[in-house]
Amino acid sequence: ADIISTVEFNHTGELLATGDKGGRVVIFQQEIESMPQFRSEYNVYSTFQSHEPEFDYLKSLEIEEKINKIRWLPQKNAAQFLLSTNDKTIKLWKISERDRRPEGYNLKEEDGRYKDPNTITSLRVPVLIPMDLMVEASPRRVFANAHTYHINSISVNSDNETYLSADDLRINLWHLEITDRSFNIVDIKPANMEELTEVITAAEFHPHQCNTFVYSSSKGTIRLCDMRISALCDKHSKLFEEPEDPSNRSFFSEIISSISDVKFSHNGRYMMTRDYLSVKIWDLNMENRPVETYQVHEHLRSKLCSLYENDCIFDKFECCWNGNDSVVMTGSYNNFFRMFDRGQRRDVTLEASRENIKPMQVLKPRKVCVGGKRKKDEISVDSLDFNKKILHTAWHPQDNIIAVATTNNLYIFQDKVN
Amino acid sequence: MEVNAEARRILAVSISKLYASRSQRGGLRLHRSLLLSLVMRSARDIYHSSVPPAEPMDTSPEEPAELDLESGPQPDETSAELSLTARGGAHREEEGEPAEDKENQSPTRCSRKRRGKTSVAPHFLPSKRARLEPGEERHAALPPPPPVSCRIGPAESLTSLSLNRVIPLPGRGGPAWRSFVTRTHGGLARTRSDS
Repeated sequence: ADIISTVEFNHTGELLATGDKGGRVVIFQQEIESMPQFRSEYNVYSTFQSHEPEFDYLKSLEIEEKINKIRWLPQKNAAQFLLSTNDKTIKLWKISERDRRPEGYNLKEEDGRYKDPNTITSLRVPVLIPMDLMVEASPRRVFANAHTYHINSISVNSDNETYLSADDLRINLWHLEITDRSFNIVDIKPANMEELTEVITAAEFHPHQCNTFVYSSSKGTIRLCDMRISALCDKHSKLFEEPEDPSNRSFFSEIISSISDVKFSHNGRYMMTRDYLSVKIWDLNMENRPVETYQVHEHLRSKLCSLYENDCIFDKFECCWNGNDSVVMTGSYNNFFRMFDRGQRRDVTLEASRENIKPMQVLKPRKVCVGGKRKKDEISVDSLDFNKKILHTAWHPQDNIIAVATTNNLYIFQDKVN
Repeated sequence: MEVNAEARRILAVSISKLYASRSQRGGLRLHRSLLLSLVMRSARDIYHSSVPPAEPMDTSPEEPAELDLESGPQPDETSAELSLTARGGAHREEEGEPAEDKENQSPTRCSRKRRGKTSVAPHFLPSKRARLEPGEERHAALPPPPPVSCRIGPAESLTSLSLNRVIPLPGRGGPAWRSFVTRTHGGLARTRSDS
């Protein structure tokens, strides 16, 4: 139940939310020490139970409480809002601080007991006195019963009024204020389920254009849709697809081409997709192939059969951009994660682990060796631990601070170099 | 042939994964089931291209592949049909019709189902498959049983209606509540966005 299932920074980077398999959300807050060295720490700010296990009596199915995604809303007032979702239900949570409490009621004692009205001889105005900071999370909206299949994505629109939720076959558009209605904007369910060939794996709104969103499929394609064209966006405006390399064909070609995550760049000109072995960056103006492709763990290509047997081939890795879209990051096995610097054409493999690492120590780059000769400090493919996987990573929107989730732990790394 | 053996092995692994995914918490995952069926289809194609088509396994992997795709909200139906295809032709005649009359199936399914070709289950399928449905095996061998009251387990009284089997969910109480599900609700639960 402590397995982290999603990680997300808010829009300023001050707060970091994690969701876990037990339905809990833990929010960390940044505290910056300017002395002796510029360093930020993230400490627990709030913890609450977002979702509980539920039972669908009609289908005799249990609904898992695992939090699939968390998305923050841009801040509008003193409180913070986030959307969290499990397989079936999305909830809007308000996280607010309380650092004062009222004192001096006329009718109540300090401990809450009611006074005998006959003993009151004068009236006074209650005053607010400081108290220890208390962070409260309260569910403000519950968006339920709109998805037959399992929700895999939510995305807040740049208009700050609507958001989308996507399951395997449908995408719904919601208004943040309205919980009893949602509009279906994409429906790829075939009339005959036997003809099903692909499912929706991820969806996201464009960061600036409130009419544009994309969704990725299990076949490795991405469709960009414009909501101005028609109410139902089954017909795409753009279809991004790279022809398959016939030399790489295997039993598992379809599985490894399934896209597990899609993310727009902050500037809105590119989008990044993650499939099992690679990360691809697409220019929104070019549909026939990605502009950049990065191999995350090519050494696994020859191991696909064993990865199929131990279920690892079904792992859904996420990916993320840094604040200025120059570097992208994604996770791998053995608690390794990879960063690709687009401008400098460099990549690095790092490890998130408690062994051999002291706080503030600089991470040493790791390397996986494929051939026979293993150099010192390298790891051979066969000694990789496939139970230690990094599926969820997040990058601070402005600074070089990253959050990396291993199975049970959250690691926060900071880049010192300016 | 190595590729052939590989294909068979992958098929066996895939089928056991399909079985395992039925008892997963949270219900059958459509995406995963789809990927499994795609792998099975590839493996079957490879297997067929290297072996003459008179093989008995001709229909059995295809049916799980096709039928499983409908498995999103209807795990019991899928499990029923998997067990149906994996068994011999004798069972097929008896139980094919009731299984096909499930309300969720479209009319074309009747014609697409190829029956009677498989008389022997492929040897590489996990043998524990047979042990999972002792009720249904007995049903085929014996004359129709007298009406049975409240029998939990692979309830024979239920097999004539549908082939839902009782699969206790791990750690979530016994099988008792599951035996009351004879049919999954017609169609998917209607949501507002559907209307």
